[in-house]
Amino acid sequence: MNKTHQLERNALGSLVFIDAKGERHIGVHPVRAFPITAPVAGIGIMNQSGKEVCWFPDVALIPEAELALIEEELAAREFMPVIERITKVSTFATPSIWDIETDRGPTRIRLKGEEDIRRIAGNTLLIADSNGLQFIIKDSTQLDKVSKKLLDRFR
Amino acid sequence: MKPEILPFAPSLPSYWQSILQGEKSPVRSPDALLAWVELDLDADLRFEKSLLLLSQDGLFWTDGKQFQSWPIDQGQYLVHGDHAGVGHLRLETADSLLRAWYFTLAVNPQILRLQSSFKQLTRGEEQSKGESSEYDKQVCPVCLSPKSANSDACPTCDPEDDTPPSTWTLFKLWRFAKPYKKQLALGFVLTLLSTGATLIPPYLTMPLMDHVLIPYEKGNPIDFHLASMYLLALFGAAIVAWGLGWWKTYLLALVSERIGADLRNTTFEHLLKLSLEYFGGKRTGDLIARIGAETDRICVFLSLYALDFVTDVLMITMTAAILVSIDPLLALVTLAPLPFIVWMIHVVRDRLRFGFEKIDRIWSEVTNILADTIPGIRVVKAFAQEDRELKRFVDSNKHNLQINDRVNRVWGLFSPTVTLLTETGLLVVWGFGIWQVAHQKVTVGVLIAFLAYIGRFYIRLDSMSRIVSHTQKAAAGAKRIFDILDHVSSVPEPINPAPLGPVQGRLSLRGVGFRYGNRAVTKGINLDIAPGEMIGLVGHSGSGKSTLVNLICRFYDVSSGSISLDGRDIRSMRIADYRKCIGLVLQEPFLFFGTIAENIAYGKSDATREEIIEAARAAHAHEFILRLPLGYDSLVGERGQSLSGGERQRISIARALLINPSILILDEATSSVDTTTEKEIQRALDNLVKGRTTIAIAHRLSTLRKADRLVVLDKGEIVEIGSHDQLMESQGAYYALYQAQLRHAAELVEGGAIGESLEDSQEERREEKLEVIAKNIGGGV
Repeated sequence: MNKTHQLERNALGSLVFIDAKGERHIGVHPVRAFPITAPVAGIGIMNQSGKEVCWFPDVALIPEAELALIEEELAAREFMPVIERITKVSTFATPSIWDIETDRGPTRIRLKGEEDIRRIAGNTLLIADSNGLQFIIKDSTQLDKVSKKLLDRFR
Repeated sequence: MKPEILPFAPSLPSYWQSILQGEKSPVRSPDALLAWVELDLDADLRFEKSLLLLSQDGLFWTDGKQFQSWPIDQGQYLVHGDHAGVGHLRLETADSLLRAWYFTLAVNPQILRLQSSFKQLTRGEEQSKGESSEYDKQVCPVCLSPKSANSDACPTCDPEDDTPPSTWTLFKLWRFAKPYKKQLALGFVLTLLSTGATLIPPYLTMPLMDHVLIPYEKGNPIDFHLASMYLLALFGAAIVAWGLGWWKTYLLALVSERIGADLRNTTFEHLLKLSLEYFGGKRTGDLIARIGAETDRICVFLSLYALDFVTDVLMITMTAAILVSIDPLLALVTLAPLPFIVWMIHVVRDRLRFGFEKIDRIWSEVTNILADTIPGIRVVKAFAQEDRELKRFVDSNKHNLQINDRVNRVWGLFSPTVTLLTETGLLVVWGFGIWQVAHQKVTVGVLIAFLAYIGRFYIRLDSMSRIVSHTQKAAAGAKRIFDILDHVSSVPEPINPAPLGPVQGRLSLRGVGFRYGNRAVTKGINLDIAPGEMIGLVGHSGSGKSTLVNLICRFYDVSSGSISLDGRDIRSMRIADYRKCIGLVLQEPFLFFGTIAENIAYGKSDATREEIIEAARAAHAHEFILRLPLGYDSLVGERGQSLSGGERQRISIARALLINPSILILDEATSSVDTTTEKEIQRALDNLVKGRTTIAIAHRLSTLRKADRLVVLDKGEIVEIGSHDQLMESQGAYYALYQAQLRHAAELVEGGAIGESLEDSQEERREEKLEVIAKNIGGGV
């Protein structure tokens, strides 16, 4: 890939993408194509009107300076805490309040219904709480015994 | 919506208060806060609590260890946004970012409140006070989100009103049993009597033994008169027990069937009243299973198992009483295993309930696969994926088996254990009884009576233990039904709606916003539609056109702002009244199973034949209907006559015409048919549109040329309003859309065929194919 574009951050903290023609797209944001199943397999840069301005088929192909900016931006946009442990659930019927430990610290979520636990692929589960936050369980068989037992009551 | 800002903020949690009163705190007046938010995410998006507060002096932030503050400055803005469930608030000046905060949407209402207080502080009171309707005042004082009219509870911030369902869920069924109180009481008395009658025969074995057989053993002749008296009494008791038992069973089965039917009706009635939002999140198979199978299971439970259970309990109590009255000591020994069995039942019960719930869940997964596959059978066959679907089905069946096996392992152990205990109990009674007889404490007759009683007694215990699983199943079923019944419609009916008079059809949308889950679909839409005006909604897919139409139909309620018809908020009207003045023509016309006439008269069941024909004529459907062999009596819908898309659409237009609505909504009414049919439909629509407020969505912009005004939507916001000519002149978003479509149309005309553009790229493709083959070979080696 020849370097024809440029990525930078402006004073307001938004990403600016300057394409090969020199046009400046302010407020672009990177998105992953497969955020769960293959996070490194493809990253698109979208402008504010939702048009793709650049596509990287693999994270490895992104120049280092840009990668830092992209990862920084992704970190602020991607919020999918990984559930590592389920400590307590208020009741086995929904709606239920769960105390969980995630890779982003312990928190408490409210599960509205059993249908909010969805299987994506294999043993990967996506759990949506009542505020629309998405939590992920990478591999439900790898959880500890207590968590597995608690989780089992809901699906 | 601009909620009224309360003059005070709810008081801070005490632990934050103590931090604010600490030495380092820059906050001088912790009592005079304008607004505060407990943020739940830190800068790295970790779950960490911190506090953001606004007072007259400025904006403060603390996480308990450090403090930051920003004095009020005219040049500062608070910018709010959200993405994938995470909200962010950025403090910006015109050219730089001062600070960004992150939070989950749980605290969003407080954030909005802080933001609007901040705006008031920095900009003074200049912001316009929007006209506030009664609904805008109906905001929850805690979270500032609008709550439904006439209700005290706020649906957003009052989350924990849910009771944990258990076996007690079954008691909720009382609501449905109430109308049958009398029959149930009679049933109970009958149960009492018939159980009592069945307990007479063992009692009679006692004198039969002691007064007839034992004297004979001792050499006395048999007293045939006495014996026949006892036998007659035995037979009489059996007959009475039979009669009462029949009456009781019949009566209670009758009642439970009625309770089941009421339950089904009520559930379906409630389901129909729920908003589209609910149906969007549920799978059809699951809902069908709940209303069909679960109500049936509850019904069977009530008529068979619950009844048996009550009989058993009565029987056991009565038996125990009789045993104690005959011989307390022997009774004590006989009843000894009872607590143990009760304990066992309790232990297994928890395991089983969990198992049965799981079986239910997996069972609806199995039905869901069917519900997915059968309607999509054309796709399945076209892509030759029968095996894959079969595998999916087999897999979920296998899962079903696995879970069933696990439950059965526990369950299988349960019954034999009870039987073992029964036998042991009998053994104990035999042993103790013989010892007692040997010491002349009891007669042989008493021992025989005891054995006869506890034979029955233990059999009842055994069958009682069976109730556990059925109760759990029924409770699980009841829970799933009450899940539906307890779901409050997000489109609530007003409590005292004033009747809706004649409608002119003036629609006004004020600051309409709607969020679906964590996604804001539309925001701040202001639009006035005059009576009789035709509005075309234009925009890319996903721009919020359909959402806006759904909001206008009140399939959903707005998250903020208001929609009013002739100046009256639509939330203050009865839903049915309001929908009666709306005619809806959808992209995919849905015909119910029935005759064409019935389908046309769907919205007005008392329509005369003349009216139906008139509507059909106006919709240009009359002629093709007459061409059908059975005319207006032809059966359509599933299993009925197959009609083409255009024909179905014209029937649905006739349906809309018949109710003579003052507002008409055309949601892509012509986009699923070819251009010739479209012209026909268009002519039918022209009749429909006349004199009505019309809102039309169309992908083909050409179909909207007759619209008085076009509203161009983008990402849930209105970007342009004007007539076709005006918008073309201003060369904005509409112009771009129009040009793009024109180009596309030209390409189609030039290309002529679908395959046209493929030829150019065939060379490329061949190369790609080779690459793929190479890769496959490489992978294989």
